[in-house]
Amino acid sequence: MTTLLPTILFLLLLNNLVLLGMSRLRGLIRLTAFQGILLTALLLCLDHALLAGAVLLIKGLLLPGLLMRTRKGLHAATSLKPRLHRGLGILAGMAGLVFSLWLEARLLILPDLFPPLLLPTALTTLFCGLILVVGRTTALSQVIGYLVAENGIFLLGVPLMTAGAVWFELALLLDVFVAVFVMGIAIHHIGETFESIDVGRFRSLRD
Amino acid sequence: MNQGTVFYLIQLFLALILAPLLPGIINRVKARFAGRQGKPLLQTYYDLARLLRKGEVIGRTATWTFSAGPGVALAATLCALALLPLGGAPSPLGFGGDFLLAAYLLGMGRFALILAALDTGSSFEGMGASREAAFSALAEPVLFLVFLMLTSLSLDLVRHTGQSAELVAALSLSAMFGGQATEAWLAGRAELLLAPAVFFVLLLVENCRIPVDDPNTHLELTMIHEVMVLDHSGPNLAMIVYGAALKLWFFAALTAGLLTPPLPLWQQAGLCLLIILALAAAVGVVESVMARLRLTRIPHLLGGAAALASLALILTQVR
Repeated sequence: MTTLLPTILFLLLLNNLVLLGMSRLRGLIRLTAFQGILLTALLLCLDHALLAGAVLLIKGLLLPGLLMRTRKGLHAATSLKPRLHRGLGILAGMAGLVFSLWLEARLLILPDLFPPLLLPTALTTLFCGLILVVGRTTALSQVIGYLVAENGIFLLGVPLMTAGAVWFELALLLDVFVAVFVMGIAIHHIGETFESIDVGRFRSLRD
Repeated sequence: MNQGTVFYLIQLFLALILAPLLPGIINRVKARFAGRQGKPLLQTYYDLARLLRKGEVIGRTATWTFSAGPGVALAATLCALALLPLGGAPSPLGFGGDFLLAAYLLGMGRFALILAALDTGSSFEGMGASREAAFSALAEPVLFLVFLMLTSLSLDLVRHTGQSAELVAALSLSAMFGGQATEAWLAGRAELLLAPAVFFVLLLVENCRIPVDDPNTHLELTMIHEVMVLDHSGPNLAMIVYGAALKLWFFAALTAGLLTPPLPLWQQAGLCLLIILALAAAVGVVESVMARLRLTRIPHLLGGAAALASLALILTQVR
């Protein structure tokens, strides 16, 4: 199990960078689902079986399914025109990784609290989510960015989790689910009213 | 001659004999994907035999540079191959830092071909030469990024001994591709798996395979490598075809060297050979399921490979 943990963390890092380079909405949603499955595997490695099941259900199946449904309901273009060039996005992700490695060396934390590589992976996931929110112009990919950033925060919380805190994490998961649910409905309405979910166009709206 | 050298010479001989089989495997896999029977597996051997018997036609503007190009390219590729550890046996010619020599021997071969193409005086071949130079200039940093990562890994493994001779020996291709990378990733350093992936992309780029260049096309707008060798015929074309097969073997052996764990000598050699043949089949699969990239998209592919290589480099530095 202990050799599996670095592999999962590495796959998460790779998944983040691929997310930044992905141009299609469908690919983005699949990668988010894969990230949910990786989180499940990570939790199983650390013996949190109950939470792992919940994460798999919500982040691996429900949320990607919901996003997929919203995407199908929209008649928006499937390929996204990023505001930030994709190569620049990947570079920004790498810079985030280097920064989080630097930060890990500087932070004063209990020595055995975080398994190696977990803190940088969590911070990089958070940064990649923020880059997705800032760098993409469709509303749906910004929701995906929000989800990825939340995954990063979730990862940060994993080593701090004791038996009682599992319920807390479960409640948070439910919150995220509701948030994405509401965002999905909102995007659906935006798409129906304005025939586009490109946030660049909302700027020109007037009363 | 000791046993290791004999074993290495056998491996080198095998590589020289079997290299033209790789294009045959690629073509066969592509044909099967398209539902055709395909060319015979040994077609490249027949082509070589036919070309060697033929005479040569040389343009009026061409000078000795044109005739020398294929010979220099083939010789450079041969030397580069002789520096590589084959089937787990370290090369007797290897020395600390020989990866630089191997990389620039390949570069010299390409330079000779580019000069030969420019020497024909045809603007069409000049265009091909320019494209080849541009894309190989983009591929070179990626190659060195991976080498940087592998050298830092092999230096880490011998640093505790503290002897300068061993530190220098760790910088050779034989130390980097001798199976220790596989041992490390089997022990949980998954980022090392990126190195074979990057080498596979480099194999496709350097050997002008499909996402980058289509070896079968003769359309003016899309050709890269094939343009440069259009004017060659007879034995010189045979040298180019054989040199291309050897270069394919070189990159496949690099990838295979990172994927084979250290085993007893014959087992490791057998596994290496199997992986090389499987890589040829993988190239065939890639060529069947992918379309050629637009010329302007190729730097994106190489940029992605560079991103993977630098990710692996960062992560190896952390541990």
